Amino acid sequence: MLPVEWSGEEWTGLDGAPGIVYDLGCNIYSPDGRVFQIEYAAKAVENSGALIGLKCKDGVIIGAEKLMPSRLLMESSGRRVHPVGMHAGIAFTGYAADGRPVVNAARQEVENYHDYYGVDMPPHTLAERLGHYFHAYTTYGGYRPFGLTTMVTSFDEVTQEPFLHMIDPSGTQFRFHGAAAGKSKQAAKTEIEKLNLKALTCAEALKRISLIIHTIREEEKDKPFVLEAGWITADTDWKFQLVPKNLRDEAFEWGKAEFDKMDDDDDDDED
Amino acid sequence: MSPPGTLKKGEVDLGTSIMAVSFGSGVIVGADSRTSTGSYIANRVSDKLTPVHDYVYCCRSGSAADTQAISDIVRTQLGNHAVELGRAPAVKTAAKLFQRYCYEYKDRLMAGIICAGFDPVEGGTVYSIPLGGAMIKQPFAIGGSGSTYIYAYCDANYRENMTRDEAHTFVKKALAHAMARDGSSGGVIRTAIIDENGVERFFTPGNELPFTLQ
Amino acid sequence: MATVSQTLACAASGADVSAGRSAADPHKHTTSPIVTGTSVVALKYKDGVMMAADTLGSYGSLSRFTDLRRIVTTGGYTLVGADGDYSDFQYVQDILKELEVEDACVADGITHSPKEIWCCMARILYHRRSKMNPLWNNLVIAGFHEGEAFLGTTDKIGTSYECDFVATGMGLHMAMPILRRHWKPNMSESEARELLESCMRTLFYRDCRTINKITFASATKKGPSVDEPVEVSTEWSYQSFVDPKAGSDTGGSW
Repeated sequence: MLPVEWSGEEWTGLDGAPGIVYDLGCNIYSPDGRVFQIEYAAKAVENSGALIGLKCKDGVIIGAEKLMPSRLLMESSGRRVHPVGMHAGIAFTGYAADGRPVVNAARQEVENYHDYYGVDMPPHTLAERLGHYFHAYTTYGGYRPFGLTTMVTSFDEVTQEPFLHMIDPSGTQFRFHGAAAGKSKQAAKTEIEKLNLKALTCAEALKRISLIIHTIREEEKDKPFVLEAGWITADTDWKFQLVPKNLRDEAFEWGKAEFDKMDDDDDDDED
Repeated sequence: MSPPGTLKKGEVDLGTSIMAVSFGSGVIVGADSRTSTGSYIANRVSDKLTPVHDYVYCCRSGSAADTQAISDIVRTQLGNHAVELGRAPAVKTAAKLFQRYCYEYKDRLMAGIICAGFDPVEGGTVYSIPLGGAMIKQPFAIGGSGSTYIYAYCDANYRENMTRDEAHTFVKKALAHAMARDGSSGGVIRTAIIDENGVERFFTPGNELPFTLQ
Repeated sequence: MATVSQTLACAASGADVSAGRSAADPHKHTTSPIVTGTSVVALKYKDGVMMAADTLGSYGSLSRFTDLRRIVTTGGYTLVGADGDYSDFQYVQDILKELEVEDACVADGITHSPKEIWCCMARILYHRRSKMNPLWNNLVIAGFHEGEAFLGTTDKIGTSYECDFVATGMGLHMAMPILRRHWKPNMSESEARELLESCMRTLFYRDCRTINKITFASATKKGPSVDEPVEVSTEWSYQSFVDPKAGSDTGGSW
């Protein structure tokens, strides 16, 4: 049964609020021109771990805060960062199960493109194709939008340049110098804007991302998380690579220590 | 259906001499102009140099119908690809598309294609896509029935790092020799030079060829 | 390019070749190879496996392409060499490339072992022959994985076996006898190279579809690698070769 009632004059939600009927699917607009399901999908993203992408001096890096809801979970499970080809990788945050078909779609696109045209799929095309895929799920009846924000990093073999794109649940996609998604993304963006990305290397950026994540996760401070990351840099021969565990661990500890230091300073100020 | 790689009765053949040579900053493509059905010359001034994009040409040999159909398809696809790409497509991509059709339908087609052009990454590039649908990058390529008569001429006279003019002369001389000895080749020599500035087409009339049998 | 077998196939179906067959005739997939490579020779030795093939792409009897690479590396451990139709080998290379990308996407650092690739290739070739549309290649798959050398081969209908040394095509006739006589376990690198060169030299002397521009490749604990082509030394100046053959007894024609 639909969670709506007919008041005699108009449909209302069970709570009596008018207009709520417009959020039952994404094939109908609200009178003020919104598609609520897409906004709800965005909410799913906002409840999820942080995702930070940086286009640095020597490449692009994406870092993810993978929240670990249980101590019994294997650290390596439920990955947020995935290679989708030799020269491309994606990372997502939000409704994790939605990530799988997106990763598969991206891999298919990259493989088919190379098979067909004999060249690597350029970054903007990969982002466009994924954007279309996301958008399709906001238009068909019986589908719901992906509860995901996805970052794409890939290397353009013609211009010899790595790119960072971000796609939101509506399917819009843009190119970024630095991007953040997930919980506390505003705080993360503020931190990113303080960085000098033109001078920063990916190796340094890994630590910065760790620090930013430690900084912005205020109320969740005690919930454990794993720092996951992937990069395309000159050092990886412009191939996408998951950042090795020892580097991630090192960055994790560095970020945590730096944050604790800052935290102590703050405490001192209060004294 | 006739056996693979044979012409049907009355089918128009590009019994042909075609050629492409890359020089430092571009490529030169060239072809004779004879199209025949059996031993009758159906067209004495045909154009076997076919553009598939702004900076990519193909030279066609084999069945006129097959090669026209393939180059039309490739031109369409390459155009769409370039729009999505937002820049000039790679010559390799054009060759790959030709290969796709020549390989997939190898048992129904008779098409020997040379795909050549300019792109900013690789510069002047030549690919040969012979009958079975292999795709082979070469410094220069010759094709068509007339090519068999000029392998030695080309081996002896091709040099790396030829200038634009040297390469152009090389193409015209080689084709003239092929046309002289191959009954299925003849007419005029059409050439095109493709580099970063675009395409320049040239015409050598049948009575001003650099070589004819005396 | 009507081959004898194709012409016979048409004749057998009662069709007039010159008029073309009707649409109701069964579609024939099986074609003959067009651009072809000749023998691949490989052997196991102390450090792993070594392989050789020349760089000629023949077009019938025409030596058309002189720089074809018929040995490729794939994954972290494996060499694949091919004779037969070059377009079919390019198709095989596309499949190998896709396997590599799939391995990279799993990102656990594991790539297919030589034996897995050999098995996979044999399945693909057998599958295609079962569709009456074979890939016209003999493949040699060699590798070094987990401290052990692997050498296997498969023909165009998927017949496959492992071995200590192998040759394809004309090599079966002329390299195998040399290998059988001179191969022994745990040969040094230079012994192995010398034996392979001896095979390639004989093939160059005696196979019409070769050129003296040969790629040598090896797979050892350092991984697989293919060298740039080289020439093998040849000998044409034996006194009996130099001497005029004409004699009163023979007339000198041989």
